[in-house]
Order: sequence, then C-alpha cells, then structure tokens
Amino acid sequence: MSEFLKYPGESSNDALSPEGKAQAHTRRVFLFKLAVGLNAVVGAVLAVPLIGYLLGPASRKKSSVGSWISIGEVNDFPVGQTRLAEFRSPVATFDDGETAKVPCWVRRVSEQTFQVFAINCAHLGCPVRWFSESKLFLCPCHGGAYYEDGSRASGPPERGLFEYKYKIAGNSLVIHAGDMPTLATQASCKDKPLIQIEPVAAETRSTTWEG
Amino acid sequence: MGRLKEQGIAAYQWLEHRLGLIKPISEAAAHPTPSNNASWWYVFGSAATVLLILQVMTGILLALIYSPSANEAWTSLNFLNHNIALGWYVRALHGWGSDFMIAIVLIHMVQVFLFGAYKFPRELTWIVGVVLLLLTLGMAFTGQVMRFDQDAYWGLGIGASIVSRVPFVGAQLVHLVLGGPIIGGATLSRFFTLHVFVIPGLLLAGVGVHVWMVLRHGVSDWPMPGRLVRKSTYEREYHELVEKTGMPFVPDAAWKDAVFAAAILFAVMACAFFFGPFGPSGQPDPTIIQTAPKPDFFFLWIYAVLAFLPPALETPVLLIVPVVGIAGMLMLPLIASEGERHWARRPVAVLSVSVIAVSLGIFTRLGTYTPWSPVMDAWSSDAVPVKYMHDRTPLERQGAMVLQDKQCRNCHELDRVGGQRGPALDSVATRLTEDQIVRQVLQGGGNMPAYGNALNPSETKALVSFLMTLRGNDLQPAIDASRELTRNKQMEQEKSQGAAWGPKGTPSPGQKQ
Repeated sequence: MSEFLKYPGESSNDALSPEGKAQAHTRRVFLFKLAVGLNAVVGAVLAVPLIGYLLGPASRKKSSVGSWISIGEVNDFPVGQTRLAEFRSPVATFDDGETAKVPCWVRRVSEQTFQVFAINCAHLGCPVRWFSESKLFLCPCHGGAYYEDGSRASGPPERGLFEYKYKIAGNSLVIHAGDMPTLATQASCKDKPLIQIEPVAAETRSTTWEG
Repeated sequence: MGRLKEQGIAAYQWLEHRLGLIKPISEAAAHPTPSNNASWWYVFGSAATVLLILQVMTGILLALIYSPSANEAWTSLNFLNHNIALGWYVRALHGWGSDFMIAIVLIHMVQVFLFGAYKFPRELTWIVGVVLLLLTLGMAFTGQVMRFDQDAYWGLGIGASIVSRVPFVGAQLVHLVLGGPIIGGATLSRFFTLHVFVIPGLLLAGVGVHVWMVLRHGVSDWPMPGRLVRKSTYEREYHELVEKTGMPFVPDAAWKDAVFAAAILFAVMACAFFFGPFGPSGQPDPTIIQTAPKPDFFFLWIYAVLAFLPPALETPVLLIVPVVGIAGMLMLPLIASEGERHWARRPVAVLSVSVIAVSLGIFTRLGTYTPWSPVMDAWSSDAVPVKYMHDRTPLERQGAMVLQDKQCRNCHELDRVGGQRGPALDSVATRLTEDQIVRQVLQGGGNMPAYGNALNPSETKALVSFLMTLRGNDLQPAIDASRELTRNKQMEQEKSQGAAWGPKGTPSPGQKQ
C-alpha cells in the first residue's frame, strides 16, 4: 500500500494500477491538497504586511526625508574661511545617541554666499578634513582630495564634495539636511551633476573672493 | 560495582528507548573511513565547527551585558572591559575566536580545493561550504558593527557608500541597510539582529547540512595522481576502498581532529589572554573627525583595493567582481565535477590559489600601513630633517618652511618620514627640472592637486629653490634634455663649419659634455 502513497499526486503514472490511481484520489488526499492551498493563501496574507514592515525603510515616501535646520549664526563664519559646524540630524530618532550628531564644513565665500559641504567623502563616506594652509579637503581613508570650493582635486573620488542647500534666515545659517549623503542619496543635497573625470589641471576653480 | 553497572545500562536503555538518537549518532561517529584520509590535513573542518561552538557560547555570554542601542553600545563595551569581572576575557575570546574561525575556514577551503575533494559526489557539500564561508564573513562584518566605535560608524558609512553605487535602487538599498536615512540606532539594531539571530541560525543549519553530506558520502579519500574521478565508477571505488582499508572514524581518525581542535582552542585562549580584546576605539561620535577609519584584519584587503581602483572603474568593479567571484566559487564543482584530483596534476588550480593568496596577502599588508592615505599631522609633527637645512641660503630655508606650512609633508616623505601618497622628495631635483617642479606644484597633475591657489609667487619661488637642493646623495640634478639638444645642434653647426680641418674622431654631438 505504502508505495502508492509515495506519489499521491502522480495519478497519470502508468505504472500504477487502477487501484493505485484511485488511492491517489481519495477524499483525504483532496482535503489535504485543499488545506495546503488554504495555507498558501493564509501565508500570503500573513507575508505581505511582514515584508512591508521589513522593507519599510526603503519605501519611496521615506527616501526624500529631511528638513531645514539651523547650523549657527551667520557671524560665526568669517568671510573667506572654512569652518566645521555641527547640528543634530533632523531625522534622528529616540535611540540614535551621539550618532545623531552631524558635522559639516561651512565655507563663507562672501557676505551672502556660502558653501556647506557634507563631511562625507564622495568616494566612500569617510570624514574629510580641511587644511586651510594648502586650501584642500583631505580624506583619511583613501586619500581623496578636494579644492576649497569642493571640486575634486585628486584621488579616488569621482566627483566633488556633496553640498547642502542653504539659506540665510534672519541671522542664522539654515541648511536642508536629511539623508546621509552618498552617491545615491543626495536628495537633501544640492543637485550637482557628476563631474567629468579629466586631468586636474583642466578644472576651473572659483577664485573670486581671493585677494 | 556490578550492580551499579547494571543500573547504568538500564538507565541508558530507558533513555535510548525513548530518545532513539544515541545509537544512530554513535554509529555515525564510528562510520568506516578510508585509512588514507586519517591525516593531519583533514582536521580543519572539525576545528572550524569547534570554533563556531566557541563563538556561540561566548556570544551568548556577551549578550548578557551588551546593549544593542546606539546610545549605550559603546558604553556597555567599556563596562564589559573594565567593570565586569572577566568581561574583557570573554570579549577577547569572542574577537580572537572570530579571527581564528575565518582563518581556519579559509584554510579548510584551500585544502578541499587543492585535494579536489569538491568533485563528484561532493559538489553540493562544496556549494554549501561556500555559503558557510560567506556567512562567516557576514558574521565578521556584522560583528565589527557590534563593536560600535568610530571604526564601526565609518565602516557602516563605507558600506552605505558602496551600496549607494547600485544603479536605480541605490537609495532604497542604502535606507534598507541603514534602517533609516542616517547611521544610528536603527542601523545597530538591524546589524544586531543579523549578527545574533539571522546569520547564526543560517550558519548552524548550514553546518548541519554540510556535516550530514560529509557523513552521507564519506570523508574524501586521499587523492592520488592519475586516479580520476568518474561519476560512473567513483562511488563503487570509494566503497571498495572503505571495505579494504576502512577504519572507524571515531576513534581511529578523529583523535587527530580532537588534538588539533584542542590546540586551536588553546591558541585562541592564549591570544585572548595575552593580547586582550579588540577595542572599542573612540566613541561613535561623527563630529570627532580626527580619525582614520580602518576595517578589521580580514577586510583590510578590500579597503586596499578600494584605494587603487581608478574612479571610472570603481562602481563596475565593486558591483560586478563580487558577483562573478561568488558565482565562480559556487559553480566550480558543477564545471569540474570529474577528473584529476591530485594537485600535482592540476597546475591551474595551484596557480589560482597561489595568485589569490599572494594578492590577498599583498593587499592586506598594504592595508596595515595605508601608503595611499595622507598622514594628516605630518606637516605639524615631522620636522624637515636637519641635514636638509645645512648650507642652505635664507631663501631655501624659507622654502623649507613653505614645504612644511603648506602641508606638503602630509603626502611626501623626507628622510622616510611623512606621507607616502606622493613620491618621496629626498631626490626630487634629480627627477624634475626647476621648470617642471614649478609646473607640478602650481598645476598639479598625476595624483597631485594644484597649489596655484594656495601659494603666492614668493612662496612658490622659495619652495622651488628649496626643492632644487634635494638631490639625494649629491646626485646630478635633472637636466632639460631638449635644451641640451638645441645647444648641441648649435655646436654641430659651428663644428660643421670648421669640419674641413678638424681631425677624425671628434666627440660626437650627442656625447655628454
């Protein structure tokens, strides 16, 4: 008997005797199949919200998060200098602790013009450091270098530093911050096309404010 | 005594009648195996399993104290290190156990590959093994995140930046990996879930399947040159070999496994005791930017490769090479399931292992001292060597100050001190003429930024005149060959005018003056 039960579904198997075929089509076999189908439906109904929960962070709605946030008084940033500023990420949640703090580089080009650069190297996100004497941003990880206006100077980055959108509200400098800036998530950063990779000497750099 | 023994046997029979596992397991342990594989080369798989058990046990102990919250993780690690009795030792065991486990898994894999043990009928055992290797590396990466310090924070940033390079869905993937728009509490929570629930579950299940298949097909016999694997004959030959030379795996072969496992455990304990736990380094505060993030030892080679990829190649290489590499490892036993097993008859296999091992070794070595990274404080901490200041004019000494002040040393060595991103400058004047140095400094080029904006003319003049004094051990300065050619041409013309009465064998124009 048991050899028939091995293949309850294969009723078209010619090797089976008519009794065997009948054995594979009992009411119990039918009910079992029905129950399997029922479980498939219930499983799908169960799975959809769970997968939705799992993929929640990747949903479209959340991928353009961020808001305007003040990073200090305008007068904190002398004209012609580049200084480190920090703010608490407007998208931080209850247990982010210190990781909610975000640093950025603020370059005051003139009275009313600023450039606010993300700390993250455009190569792999390491924190770039400003060197005022050589007027370069240098990355400690793989040696990416950027000029004072954020454009690529040398090394592995394929573009210049990410920039935040900014505005001056009263006496304070306000930037739009949200996503950690990467090549894909610069929604909160300035739209800056990928620069063409070409010899460094061919790049133009702004020197307008320099004496 | 006899009664005690009877009672013991009765208790065993009571248990086994209900459980029904002891007899089959002891029979499986004592399964016959060809005597030629009772070798010290066959001990790595069991050692990896023993290390996995060590990791599970020490991991559970750490979870008693560790707090997987971005707010508290770093503090709880320091609490483990300093306030909990022997907390430092359990952390050290877990950390060193992880390094040993990756090393042993890699050695196990190389041994199986070189012995051709992945061939029929053990293809699936190899494929599951590749998955186990990837899971082990996954444990190492997520474990590095558990040590929630500066390196972990910026390591996550590197991970997110790599993921962001995936076309079309890059942004969504970044959010999925980080659990939100930034690295934070949600990121640590999901890596904790992976490290403690998901990957260990898969790992233990995978090891179960892997060991089951080893028992089902038997431990592979020692390869012999010329003894080919054929699907039609291999299993019959293996069984004949087992019947002829077979001996029980436990204890006749397993004693070597046991000795090696004990030695490895002892080595882990010794490293943990003498070298202590890994980190945590600085607190995960992104505003502390005076940091040079670096991954753990087994990921250093990737870190090094990322420094050398040209920008245009980076994204394709990052996204394609891992897929091709993993697919290649998975497909290997399906492509080469028959044929020669002995390494002496498989030169391509030996060459592949050698090339991969040497490459990984070189990149890892480079990763330990990162010659591509600027030394951020060289300009303020490493003085110009005194010998380069002797007998220099005031202008040249001023140039040395410019060199220091403009942070040239961050990328350029003098007397073996300073950054290695650019070439050492000790003999720069023997390679470049004055004009070339001026051009290189002001316009940059190669891997050097342009300093035209950061130097005024007098600084440039001073800097270049100092650089012109750097000629190694008084080597000849670089000369502008084109100038010499034009001068020679003039001389040639002068000579040809007077050639009528000149003696034969006059120095040829090209000869050095």
